[in-house]
Amino acid sequence: MNTQPARQFCFHCVFNLIILSGLVIGSFIYLSFNPFKLLTGESIHLVAQYVARFFPPDVSSHFLLKVMKASLETIAISALATLIAMVFGLFLALPAAGWFGSLAKKITRFFLNFLRSVPELVFATLMVLAVGLGPFAGTLALLLHTTGVLGRLFGETLENHPITTNRALILSGASGPLAFLYGTLPGIVPQLISYTLYRWEMNIRMATILGFVGAGGLGQILYYELSLLHESQASTVIMVMLLLVIMVDFMSNTLRHGPARPLG
Amino acid sequence: MTRPVLRDPQALPRIFFLLCAITLMWPMLILAQFQPMALFDASNREVMGNFLQQFFPPQLQTEFLHRIFKAVLETLAMATAGITLALVIAMPLTLGMTQSLSISRIGPANGYAMSQAGRYVVRLVMVVMRGIPEIVWALLFVRVFGLGPMAGVLAIAITYGGMLTKVYAEILESGNTQASRALFLAGSNRLHAFLYGLLPHTAQELASYTIYRWEAAVRASVVMGFVGAGGLGQLMDQSMKMLDGSEVSTILLVFLMLVFVADYVSWLIRKQLA
Repeated sequence: MNTQPARQFCFHCVFNLIILSGLVIGSFIYLSFNPFKLLTGESIHLVAQYVARFFPPDVSSHFLLKVMKASLETIAISALATLIAMVFGLFLALPAAGWFGSLAKKITRFFLNFLRSVPELVFATLMVLAVGLGPFAGTLALLLHTTGVLGRLFGETLENHPITTNRALILSGASGPLAFLYGTLPGIVPQLISYTLYRWEMNIRMATILGFVGAGGLGQILYYELSLLHESQASTVIMVMLLLVIMVDFMSNTLRHGPARPLG
Repeated sequence: MTRPVLRDPQALPRIFFLLCAITLMWPMLILAQFQPMALFDASNREVMGNFLQQFFPPQLQTEFLHRIFKAVLETLAMATAGITLALVIAMPLTLGMTQSLSISRIGPANGYAMSQAGRYVVRLVMVVMRGIPEIVWALLFVRVFGLGPMAGVLAIAITYGGMLTKVYAEILESGNTQASRALFLAGSNRLHAFLYGLLPHTAQELASYTIYRWEAAVRASVVMGFVGAGGLGQLMDQSMKMLDGSEVSTILLVFLMLVFVADYVSWLIRKQLA
């Protein structure tokens, strides 16, 4: 027989639930968005008609070549931005970890946080103004955001790493930069590389859509073709995007969980 | 005492790897049209300089602030409505996909192959849902349902529905599944096994992840405005196109504040859940 006492009535929980559902319903009302309207025959017909225009996808060799080039561009944008951000991030991580005093630490942290909070797409619109349309703007935008993220992560890694080796080298007469290069860096490099690879994975995904504001890559083609109502071309681009994302997912999964662990 | 060798024994391999990396990077620099000089081009600098100069002071007219306030509310409402719909999508998919909720798995059953095939299909649908970035969904929906927050809500619902399904399934499978198994063996159905066998000890984690996704949705719904899906992003896009720096700087400040507040609220709720 069940001898457990029944759970007490929780006034607090009911209150929270009511507030939560109020907020949810309020949101739908504020947007005057009735989700049930989506299930009417008319809107389903509309969507089906629209979806039908995406088939068949355009697989002419001419267009595929163009998409191929754009995918390579996307990968190049993300790889370059991540690599350069790694260098900048490492330089900014030193002050962010408090190696140059607490004032420098505060200022750098604030700067890194700022870079991190502005989304890539916003940076991209600004960079398109600064250097004109094209993949270079995308690279700069990703670079800025990623520097913020990696600088912070690297700074934290540096802070958590024991400083003893570095101290030992300094005490035996090495200069500061050399002590960093040979005393601290080897210990944190695996962590730095794994953070960088993780960021690269996210940046590939991001680079596919930066083109919406004119910053090169696959997104630019997609935006262009959709604006011209060329749905079959757009559908090819979307499929390539999806393929790229799945490939990146797969690769990062094998790198992380696979039997071969090159990064320890 | 011998003098220590003041030479890096690893120098040669390091230089070699550096050279390899540079040769690999060269085509990338060309592909990405990497021209740092463009940053210092006189006409570019003038446009950017003028634009950045307008950042100070930020636009603080009451009329404009009112518009921003409405956009912020719209952004928050988009994120909330989107996550709610994502939840509606994710729950049945999770129930269908979770291995530990598979009745045919507990013993020899003739439906095994078919249920595995069904699971595979759900998985495939999910990959498409979350593999296509939310802003692409938004761009597509804007063309069906017109400009406005509806496209954004649906985009969030689909992408995040896929993500929630994946993570929910992982949470449900990683925990202790013996209770649900026992219920199955005793003849319970799928829903009851979930409600009484899995939910009690995973509810916290599930709720906490959902809140975290809401926070991400707030950020995403700002960005989605750039393709015309309403909210703060649309306002920023308009100001950006008019090169009105003072408006952009206000919107950026409000945006940073919004993200900060969403972070904080999400942290607060998750702390209470823990």
